[in-house]
Amino acid sequence: MPDLLAPFAYGYMVKAMWVSALVGATCAFLSCFLMLKGWSLMGDALGHAVVPGVALAYLIGLPFSAGAFVAGGLAALAMQFVRSQTRLREDAVIGLVFTAFFAAGMLLVSINPTSINVQSIVLGNILAISDWDALQVVVVSAVTLGVLLVVWKDLMAVFFDEAHARSIGLDPTRLKILFFTLLSAATVAALQTVGACLVIAMVVTPGATAYLLTDRFPVLLTIAVAVGALTCFVGAYLSYFVDGATGGVIVTLQTLVFLTAFYLAPRHGLLAQRRRREAAIVEAAR
Amino acid sequence: MVQTRAARGHHAGVEASLDVAGVTVAYPNGTLALENASFHLGPGTIAGLVGVNGAGKSTLFKAIMGFVAPSAGEVRIAGLPAREAQRRGIVAYVPQSEEVDWSFPVLVEDVVTMGRYGHMGFLRIASRDDRKKVDTALERVGMSAFRKRQIGELSGGQRKRVFLARALAQEGLVMLLDEPFTGVDVATEQAIVALMRDLRTEGHLMLVSTHNLGSVPDYCDEVVLVRRTVLAAGPTATTFTQANLEKAFGGVLRHFRIEGAALHDDDDRRSVTVLTDDERPVVFYGAEKTSDQPLPRASEENP
Ligand SMILES: Nc1ncnc2c1ncn2[C@@H]1O[C@H](COP(=O)(O)OP(=O)(O)O)[C@@H](O)[C@H]1O
Ligand SMILES: [Mg+2]
Repeated sequence: MPDLLAPFAYGYMVKAMWVSALVGATCAFLSCFLMLKGWSLMGDALGHAVVPGVALAYLIGLPFSAGAFVAGGLAALAMQFVRSQTRLREDAVIGLVFTAFFAAGMLLVSINPTSINVQSIVLGNILAISDWDALQVVVVSAVTLGVLLVVWKDLMAVFFDEAHARSIGLDPTRLKILFFTLLSAATVAALQTVGACLVIAMVVTPGATAYLLTDRFPVLLTIAVAVGALTCFVGAYLSYFVDGATGGVIVTLQTLVFLTAFYLAPRHGLLAQRRRREAAIVEAAR
Repeated sequence: MVQTRAARGHHAGVEASLDVAGVTVAYPNGTLALENASFHLGPGTIAGLVGVNGAGKSTLFKAIMGFVAPSAGEVRIAGLPAREAQRRGIVAYVPQSEEVDWSFPVLVEDVVTMGRYGHMGFLRIASRDDRKKVDTALERVGMSAFRKRQIGELSGGQRKRVFLARALAQEGLVMLLDEPFTGVDVATEQAIVALMRDLRTEGHLMLVSTHNLGSVPDYCDEVVLVRRTVLAAGPTATTFTQANLEKAFGGVLRHFRIEGAALHDDDDRRSVTVLTDDERPVVFYGAEKTSDQPLPRASEENP
């Protein structure tokens, strides 16, 4: 039997657990909005789109987060622009813009093979993260979370009914750009934790899970953030025992939580729906 | 500033008015929906916006709100550009059909509360006053019993009333209502009209598009007739005339004329004329006769 407290004895493990939890909370907050807008794939797309920024940042010796952030922001702006100028659907625009960015990233990386450790971007590397990178992740996540706590109601109003949001004096375009900027920031943080391939789980699964459990937005946010933070913390902890693969453990945990809600949720769960339907039939038969 | 806010809600010193001057709207597909439309409305007014389907009523609302950009002309709300009026919370708008995600995790009361956001601080925390106004708005549209329902779990008419409540809670001095009566039962329609009358006495200006021509004279002080432009605008008594209506509806309107033996036992030459757009009114004549059927259509003009 392994020593269950062992991970807490290592500075790098404790760091990994707390940083992961913070990132998980931030991504989960955003996941509520993404999922409701049907933009879930955006997390995936952004995760890939920031690669050229990271590559370029390493190339010219800037902090990777700055590069990723600029690339993510540019990609989000480009998407808004294409969206407003054509009648293409959102998903097509997302596909177009972000693959273009990813392609540019791949090109940069292949021309400059030594400039970037692709492995750590694609798979994440939270257990071996340097203090400097960890600091970047913490600052980025904390700022994102802080801004979200201030503007979430405005974002909710815009995401629910853009025309009405405008009519009460909000600026939907500005708020959406802010949202994409925050999303890029969170994506950058998540890259370090679970890697580009699994970013999407971080910005989808917690919101999707919470959505099965409530009809109220504030409750949705609370549940999602709790799920995101807990699974990330526990995932990082467990990855000590399975040796590496933090991203895999975290996302597996999130999926398990989702499946539990999927079956057992009191109102929107599979079992509850079946039970109610049967009750209605029994009632009708009387 | 503090006293004036308390005295007259959010809009101290602002008087409701709506000025549309020479507005032209062309859609990207080349449809010229409005051309050189102009009218003026003042405070304490209920104005009916009347015209056939496709006349440009919804377009006019969207142009006033700045949701479609006019290629010419200008809109002023309470003397301000539309955007500025929106920032100050002067306009409330209820679109013809809400394009929202009905599975969004918000309850009826949450939606109505969003109408108050413009009055709240930047964290959008509802004060006791805000909550009271939400309660009142829900009460006025008769949706208090449904306040804890998720927004998608309502019928069409109920959804409509929720968005009306949101506009009420917003307390816009200028209210734009695009067909609030379509798909709504008579009791609700009467409740909405009663509500508008209250708001009128409080100085609000309401522009209401409707197909229910019969009730326009009942509650509208002014009428704006549209058919790709504003054909006529002014007091109901002088504008809502048969001649103007025929100009606005030319051809599409159902037109009943009841006279002679169908109407009188003597040789009275007066007649009853019934004009109607979407809704078909039932016209009864003669209160005593028990076997009365709705009068048959004497003629239905569709030139
Ligand atoms: N988004 C749009 N794109 C192109 N044409 C439109 C659009 N919306 C409305 N129209 C056209 O503009 C005209 C006015 O429409 P609308 O303002 O909706 O009329 P109403 O509300 O009076 O029924 C119609 O001919 C309609 O087909
Ligand atoms: Mg219309």
